[in-house]
Amino acid sequence: MSSNKGLFKSSITKKIVMGLTGLFLITFLIVHAGVNALIFLNDGGQAFLKGASFMGTNPLIRIFEIVLVLGLLLHIIDGIIITRHNKMARPIAYYGKGASANSTWYSRSMGILGLLILLFLIIHSAHFWIPNRYAQFTTGHEIDLFGRMKFIFSHAWIVGIYVGACIALSWHLMHGFKSAFQSLGLNHSKYNPIIKTVGFAFSIVCPLVFAMMPISMYFGLIQ
Amino acid sequence: MSSGNMNLTLKIWRQKNVSTAGKMVSYQVTDISPDMSFLEMLDVLNEQLIQKNEEPIAFDHDCREGICGMCSLYINGRPHGPGSGITTCQLHMRSFKDGDTIIIEPWRAKAFPVIKDLVVDRSAFDRIIAKGGFISVNTGSAQDANNLPIPKHDADEAFNSAACIGCGACVAACVNSSAMLFVSAKVSQLSLLPQGQPERKQRALDMVHQMDVEGFGSCSNTGACEAECPKGISIENIARLNREYLIASLTEKEPKKGSGDN
Amino acid sequence: MSKLDSKIPDGALEQKWTSYRSTVPLVNPANKRNLEILVVGSGLAGSSVAATLAEMGYKVKVFCFQDSARRAHSIAAQGGINAAKNYQNDGDSVYRLFYDTIKGGDYRSREANVYRLAEVSGNIIDQCVAQGVPLAREYGGLLSNRSFGGTQVQRTFYAAGQTGQQLLLGAYSALQRQVGLGSIQMYTRHEMLELVTIDGVARGIIARNLITGELEKHFGHAVLLCTGGYGNVFFLSTNAMGSNATAAWKANKKGAFFANPCYTQIHPTCIPVSGDHQSKLTLMSESLRNDGRIWVPKKKEDAEAIRAGKKKARDLAEDDRDYYLERRYPAFGNLVPRDVASRAAKERCDAGFGVNATGQAVFLDFQYNMKEKYGRSEAKKLDIANPTDAQLKELGKNVIKEKYGNLFDMYKQITGVDPYEEPMQIYPAVHYTMGGLWVDYNLMTTVPGLYSLGEANFSDHGANRLGASALMQGLADGYFIIPYTIGAYLNTEVSRMSAEKAKADSIDKLKTQHPAFDEALKNTQAHIDKLLSINGTKSVDHFHKKLGKVMWEKCGMARNANGLKEAIEEIRAIREEFWKDLRVTGTANEYNPELEKAGRVADFLELGELMCMDALQRNESCGGHFREEYQTSEGEAQRDDANYSYVAAWENKGNGQFELHKEILEFKAIKVAQRSYK
Repeated sequence: MSSNKGLFKSSITKKIVMGLTGLFLITFLIVHAGVNALIFLNDGGQAFLKGASFMGTNPLIRIFEIVLVLGLLLHIIDGIIITRHNKMARPIAYYGKGASANSTWYSRSMGILGLLILLFLIIHSAHFWIPNRYAQFTTGHEIDLFGRMKFIFSHAWIVGIYVGACIALSWHLMHGFKSAFQSLGLNHSKYNPIIKTVGFAFSIVCPLVFAMMPISMYFGLIQ
Repeated sequence: MSSGNMNLTLKIWRQKNVSTAGKMVSYQVTDISPDMSFLEMLDVLNEQLIQKNEEPIAFDHDCREGICGMCSLYINGRPHGPGSGITTCQLHMRSFKDGDTIIIEPWRAKAFPVIKDLVVDRSAFDRIIAKGGFISVNTGSAQDANNLPIPKHDADEAFNSAACIGCGACVAACVNSSAMLFVSAKVSQLSLLPQGQPERKQRALDMVHQMDVEGFGSCSNTGACEAECPKGISIENIARLNREYLIASLTEKEPKKGSGDN
Repeated sequence: MSKLDSKIPDGALEQKWTSYRSTVPLVNPANKRNLEILVVGSGLAGSSVAATLAEMGYKVKVFCFQDSARRAHSIAAQGGINAAKNYQNDGDSVYRLFYDTIKGGDYRSREANVYRLAEVSGNIIDQCVAQGVPLAREYGGLLSNRSFGGTQVQRTFYAAGQTGQQLLLGAYSALQRQVGLGSIQMYTRHEMLELVTIDGVARGIIARNLITGELEKHFGHAVLLCTGGYGNVFFLSTNAMGSNATAAWKANKKGAFFANPCYTQIHPTCIPVSGDHQSKLTLMSESLRNDGRIWVPKKKEDAEAIRAGKKKARDLAEDDRDYYLERRYPAFGNLVPRDVASRAAKERCDAGFGVNATGQAVFLDFQYNMKEKYGRSEAKKLDIANPTDAQLKELGKNVIKEKYGNLFDMYKQITGVDPYEEPMQIYPAVHYTMGGLWVDYNLMTTVPGLYSLGEANFSDHGANRLGASALMQGLADGYFIIPYTIGAYLNTEVSRMSAEKAKADSIDKLKTQHPAFDEALKNTQAHIDKLLSINGTKSVDHFHKKLGKVMWEKCGMARNANGLKEAIEEIRAIREEFWKDLRVTGTANEYNPELEKAGRVADFLELGELMCMDALQRNESCGGHFREEYQTSEGEAQRDDANYSYVAAWENKGNGQFELHKEILEFKAIKVAQRSYK
């Protein structure tokens, strides 16, 4: 009768947290992709800088940024706990390999994909977010993010990393999007096709938008 | 038509008992008929081993018609082998080709320790059911069966969930060794029926708690369980369990003392 | 004076159970906690009785050889469970169910027991529904029924083709609930190998822990054997591989009479044997006979062409088909009882009209009902004025799929043939054993304190069981009968316990320390050691298959005196060879399935002989027991009510000697008549 106390230890709660934080991070992806896509206006970065500056200075958004970081951390820590726990649940691995017949490889590799995305996030924030916040703290002014983008994305190997990360993100979303709904108990034959379609579209479009930024800058399509 | 013309190489997990380490061992079988069931093919191998005075392969099986849930072989990387909607005993050798190598392993999960060779201990499932997989109605206290109409749709859906045979293929298939499909099927069945309402919340909480105690992994929605379930239990059940659990854990109060005699 | 006292209560048939139930001694709740009950077997009877007794306050231990109580072979029952609810308003009643069951059993069962069974049948449905068993329902939300062989009303409740599964899971959940509450101790992967009696009274069992091989002593104030039937004597049957008669047979050796062993039911609709490798036979539910029509070719040359693979069933015109059940039994048609349907199939195949490669199969065809019955009515619902053949088939197929989908899938999986297109091929196979331990009205065997429930006893089905009655009996015994009748005995135990309270060496103090337990353990160990020490050359299965072949050929669907005498000799020879040339690999102190099988087959080799002896002494044909010498000119079974209206109960005198005791059957409420389904 005491199982209620185990709420925050229960495997289902962990999944629900994973799903909720995942969906929350998806909303971030939408905003992030939306603001950054302003570079495609090809107006020398003017619209983009306005948007970025708004996001970087608006107090409400700044508070939300903290929530975002916390959400991200929760997603990561929860993910690590779940992955560790799940590894322990099968001490001896199978010899025969046939899982491709019953599930997609990316659904079984969310931990690895997540890790790749995390590594990328470290690189990515070292490129933009950290220097910018550092400048804000020390000088009170933001750096020229558009210029920095152009500079960073002039290196082929960095563009390679960014594109690779977008692919990892795409796989991660491909499973994560619909999985989040399932974890939250939102599974209904009437709405499943919508979730599936939207999830699929989002997993392709969102990473594609991101990937197009370094690519188009590298090839000088955006001035 | 008794003997056929298939010759096969079998790689089988041999393990003396729970405390000894096991290993894969290769065997050859000849003249296998495509009409044989997979287990009958193993019978042939065992007969051979007995003739050689070697110990036959231990594997669980009983009804051999796909309903008792006893048979539990992980064949070529899949629980109950190739094909869908069947148990190992319903798998026939016509699904293989002459010259094939077949890898046969036990279910692998911390919660399912190996007893011997291909036999595992699935009593964790019984303990989960004992925590809440029932409706508390003592014999003799039931009202007339037709006093409470149940919409056909609900009854059918409950039946679909209740069709689970407790074989554990869901756990075996899951990359995380999660037992969510098993648990959710029972929780779903009972929460879909009016008779299951009084204990609905506590049931979800208690069964999930026991599932976690047993050391199963947690669900990551890969859908492998649903794909391999011999009875086609849907992961819709898992979503329902998530829902049931969430609502129960947010709303269920600790039982007050003195409200009953237990 | 007969040793058999059936203890049937006095009074009118309709009043017996009601008044007995109200007067049977009760056990006071405080005493219940001190009474230990051992339940062997966890099928419908075992699970239901264990749960109910635990609910009542007794201390219960349950033993099963499978890895979980839920795996017992009741799980495989497909078709349904009968109950006299009359929900369909088709004139059903307790009396009619009683009458159908007695008649179906060919007037070889005990009136009072059968009437009681019919009386409690309705409670079973109520109980199961309350447990959350999802029985099939109509759109209005009320329970659905279908008809089954041997009846003209719709009284069969079902859950698709998995009724046994759903009912067992209901009983299993009730059992597990008590396990969770600590009222039941569950011993899975344990097999009972000996009954312990003290002064002729059942006091416990010796069970083997199948994982460690350890022999355990368990004390009980009563022992309940719910261990199912002995169909596996035939090697090939629809029983599970592990189903065995060991517990019942050990009980027989300790004084429990074995009744009517020759009454075996051959189920008409099983998937035919495909080869020597076959390890078991798969049943196709009898419910299929509702919509499937059974036929063979009218002309022998067509049958031969089909056997040779030159023709297919569809190639035969309607006029070239012999719907032999409809022809011979116009009133019941394809829904005649199982024994009748089985024999009719055998008759056609023996006459050369069989249709698979071995000539041992008949067709079960759904085309007609798929199109004409369901296709047309669906078309009507959809307002399709002139449906095409293809439309009818498509519409009908959906209905058939809804009703029997899982059975059709199963058939396709096993045979590789799609039964929606081609008719199924079926042949009779051993399915159920009506015989079993003799029990009185209380379900107590001739050993005080030892009870037998469900298929393990001989109680209710006479010489032939009607479809959907096995589940009914198992649950009736477990939920509604034993919980009352056991009080009569346990009440005397309570008195004995208090009388012996002062005794230092009373059974209740010694429990498993009593020398009888050590003695039984020693004997069991010796039996195991003997099996392991033969070191011969042949596997257990070798002997089992040999025994099965003799039984099927000479004590199967049709028997005759000469064949039975031969069979007895042959079984003795196999038994002798078994004890000389058996090879059991491995040791006693480990998980050793070969050793388990060896012990079971050793018992089958003795029981098989008794079955033949019983068949030989019964010089008549009745129900599942068909003696070729005793048939009408039309080939129907011919009973001999003047001389054989009795239960044959066999006392085991040791060393292969048996004494026959007869319990004369009296029919007061029912007029004994020639069974006719024409």
